[in-house]
Amino acid sequence: MPQIFHRSANIYSKASIVGGVLFAGLALTLILTISRSSYATQQNVNRDQPVPFSHAHHVGGMGLDCRYCHNSVEISSSANVPPTKTCMNCHSMVWNESPTLEPVRASFRTNESIAWTRVHDLPDYVYFNHSIHVNKGVGCQTCHGQVDRMALMAQHSPLTMEWCLDCHRQPERYVRKREDVFRMDYVPPSNQLELGKQLVAEYKIAKTENLTSCSTCHR
Amino acid sequence: MAAPLVWLAVTGCRQDMHDQPRYEAQEESRFFEDRRASRPLPEGALARGFLRQDTKFYQGKDGDQMVKEFPLPVTAALLARGQERYNIYCSPCHGQTGDGNGMIPSRGAKHPPSYHLDRLREAPVGYFYDVITNGFGAMYDYSAQIQDPQDRWAIVAYIRVLQRSRYAPETDAPAEERNRLGPPPAKPVVPAATTGAAQ
Repeated sequence: MPQIFHRSANIYSKASIVGGVLFAGLALTLILTISRSSYATQQNVNRDQPVPFSHAHHVGGMGLDCRYCHNSVEISSSANVPPTKTCMNCHSMVWNESPTLEPVRASFRTNESIAWTRVHDLPDYVYFNHSIHVNKGVGCQTCHGQVDRMALMAQHSPLTMEWCLDCHRQPERYVRKREDVFRMDYVPPSNQLELGKQLVAEYKIAKTENLTSCSTCHR
Repeated sequence: MAAPLVWLAVTGCRQDMHDQPRYEAQEESRFFEDRRASRPLPEGALARGFLRQDTKFYQGKDGDQMVKEFPLPVTAALLARGQERYNIYCSPCHGQTGDGNGMIPSRGAKHPPSYHLDRLREAPVGYFYDVITNGFGAMYDYSAQIQDPQDRWAIVAYIRVLQRSRYAPETDAPAEERNRLGPPPAKPVVPAATTGAAQ
């Protein structure tokens, strides 16, 4: 029986072994890179909103506390987007003829919600609860970044699972005192690890094996 | 080699697990006419076991009269809570000292009256509770933002602290604090700039 392949085919078979491994590596790298990129995570992407609401102005400029608008954050899983009435507390008097704010006034007149564009959207298989985080000393700033300098809201963190786990594995690196949770000008002290360990004990933050258990976040 | 990649490319785009057929808070609904997944409460709806019969506590009123006494014990913890809540919800307009010079009036909103006016110093505590709950004049009600009645009373208690602070006699301060303050200045204090120049 004559040979099916010519002798030169050997080079192809050798090349395909090396090439296959390289290709698989490249494909894997590509997938992992894309899934962590801001294209997939929407990290640091400013979203257009029906009204160009500026946290930089309201928080950085006016000094409003996060909870003035997001008043359910300490007691609820979701940090509410405020109802139009909260805007009108001030904007019935200030900037009350501005064309930019007409959608707000229209919403107040007609009782129709303003369709804000959602910026932070975790997958539905993740059960995230704001109240436990702020009550156990996780600052707003730790996840949401310098909101007081954001003209249009952008998602500061990647919100990937590895990002969540980074803190769930070692909360002592991030937690702060409860009274500092809503501060925007907070800088972690030089003895953060020491303070963190003390706060983890004081606030009874769960052990790492519980914080990283699947069913803590996926139920 | 290509087959798994094609499979990934095709199936990787499905977001069914990301967006499951259930509502999240404040999501848009295609079912309800007003498109709100978070349903507004019908007027007068009450959670079982939360009938608000104690009008002194929940409305600040005893019959037609505003209550003059706090319907709950005023403790240091309540005052601390009141200070925190006051600074979040009230200080933007009323100012951190309660003089009505907050940040928002400085930008064109109507100045609220100072808490240090005689009229408000003499107002019963129920009056402040009522204004927080139902609003007054240009001020909208804060019943949704300050949902817990106890927090409203905490704020009222802190308003009383602010009012007291302007008229407190020296003897109110503990002895060691008084020593720290030193004797009251006999003459008006000379501005810092002038003393600097004299040196």
